Amino acid sequence: MDLKEIQTLVKLVSNSQVDHLEVDKKDFSLKIKKNAPKTELVSVASAPAPVAQPSAPAASSAPLAQTESKSNDAASGVEIKSPMIGTFYRSSSPDKPAFVEVGDEIRVGQTICIVEAMKLFNEIESEVAGKVVKICVDDASPVEYDQPLFIIDPS
Amino acid sequence: MFNKILIANRGEIALRVIRTCKEMGIKTVAVYSTADKDSIHLKFADEAVCIGPAPSTDSYLNMPNIMAAAEITNADAIHPGYGFLSENAKFSELCQENGVKFIGASPEMINGMGDKSNAKKTMRAAGVPCVPGSEGLLESCEEGIKLANEEIGYPVIMKATAGGGGRGMRIVWNDDEFREAWDSARKEAAAAFGNDGMYLEKFVEEPRHIEIQIAGDQYGKVCHLSERDCSIQRRHQKLIEEAPSPFVDDELREKMGEAAIKAAAAIKYEGVGTVEFLVDKNKNFYFMEMNTRIQVEHPVTEEVINHDLIMEQIKLAAGIPITGKNYLPQGHSIECRINAEDPYNNFRPSPGVIEVLHKPGGHGVRVDSHIYAGYRIPPNYDSMVAKLIVKANTREEAITKMHRALNEFIIDGVKTTIPLQIKLMEDEDFKAGNFTTKFMETFKF
Repeated sequence: MDLKEIQTLVKLVSNSQVDHLEVDKKDFSLKIKKNAPKTELVSVASAPAPVAQPSAPAASSAPLAQTESKSNDAASGVEIKSPMIGTFYRSSSPDKPAFVEVGDEIRVGQTICIVEAMKLFNEIESEVAGKVVKICVDDASPVEYDQPLFIIDPS
Repeated sequence: MFNKILIANRGEIALRVIRTCKEMGIKTVAVYSTADKDSIHLKFADEAVCIGPAPSTDSYLNMPNIMAAAEITNADAIHPGYGFLSENAKFSELCQENGVKFIGASPEMINGMGDKSNAKKTMRAAGVPCVPGSEGLLESCEEGIKLANEEIGYPVIMKATAGGGGRGMRIVWNDDEFREAWDSARKEAAAAFGNDGMYLEKFVEEPRHIEIQIAGDQYGKVCHLSERDCSIQRRHQKLIEEAPSPFVDDELREKMGEAAIKAAAAIKYEGVGTVEFLVDKNKNFYFMEMNTRIQVEHPVTEEVINHDLIMEQIKLAAGIPITGKNYLPQGHSIECRINAEDPYNNFRPSPGVIEVLHKPGGHGVRVDSHIYAGYRIPPNYDSMVAKLIVKANTREEAITKMHRALNEFIIDGVKTTIPLQIKLMEDEDFKAGNFTTKFMETFKF
């Protein structure tokens, strides 16, 4: 793939609703990601709220950043955060299929992943019902407390 | 030497450990609860991992969470700081089982010294002078009364064997008071520590609290680094510490140093530790307890012997030997623990946002602190926000310098103990070195 082809692909992603493109070839792979611009417009509208608080000017700049990222995720669904620190696994063992995939409908209490710490494998159950919109962490990656694992679109 | 150390603590001591690790070229992992996500030490660590929600039991005291954090970051050692898990034998053992070096005492040493009545037995056997008292736990109230009358002599203090922080303790002056206090003390001990075992000691009236810093390597060598005087305490919480003690002369220092080394050698102590003594007005000293960790007040020793104690602690844990030479103090150092408490309203904790901050500086002034302008002091943990340490050639100059530095220290937005500590530096008895652990009970401010 030469530079011109890459430029075409980047333009394609920027000008469309596509926010994640992956191309895998024999000798090279390309990943292009972008944040969906329309959700950012929504969060800018809600920004005036922190300024209205009677706090020192320096302090209000912090809430702004947090509000933005919260509404980004709120637009797509409910976050399931890790209740503990450890290693995230999508299935009960390497040879078994993943508990859930993107697009699956899940119910409350359903096991959606495992977080392992000190050789103890803890099954994490979903507290919401709905459709799996996003899996935020790669299989076998370390996660910390409160780290978002899944985004679920509640039905 | 270690490649990466995980600091299982928060606040000023976490920053303190990170500073030394950076100088030693050791990578650092900071762990934090959600309440500490704005803590400044996270910015200076190489990695920071959230281990739980605000309550200590779910975060800084949660052993599986901390071990998991060490696992996923590949830390090869854990520094527990002070408080929290620093003297927890189970945690020390857990680290051993998981192949991570606990920078502190072994489970055996912790258990040996943690149980107060056991510790005394061990010390007596080693020839370390102890406060006269019961041999182990009291079987009954009547046994205690017999001991008090025939061997120890009133006043006596009954203490919880699993106790600390001044709880499960009663001072009694006669048989009637003894009987009255016996049941309530045991109930309090059972509730606070889950163990109602009580032992008896002579109550040393108006003692000074003088402790000896010791260090032991993995090959059996132990040395002492002289004393600290921590007699200025309010409800058994230290407010001011200094090195050397205005009450200790060369002869007493040598005797107490020898006793502290005997104590440490008796349990084959490895690492840095402190042996606490009560000293009466006749310069008789008695073993009180041994702390198998780095202490809050370690900076005053650092200033007068000119060595980084955290660095020594890490080196000892890594198996580096010591020469066995003792260290004597040069000059004088004083530390004030600055707490976010209102001294004029019964020391009520004062959490909140620090709006304006100016730390004092200049020759011989050191501030060990994690606070910054805009920092919100979380209400979930202890109230200490800074340690102000001065070093000068004489005690008089150190007091003058501390007075100046306290007046320069501006922490707006919360109440602090600074006004009280300024008054202490002006007090004639304090300046003369005339004080015991009872000092704060009658100090007017």
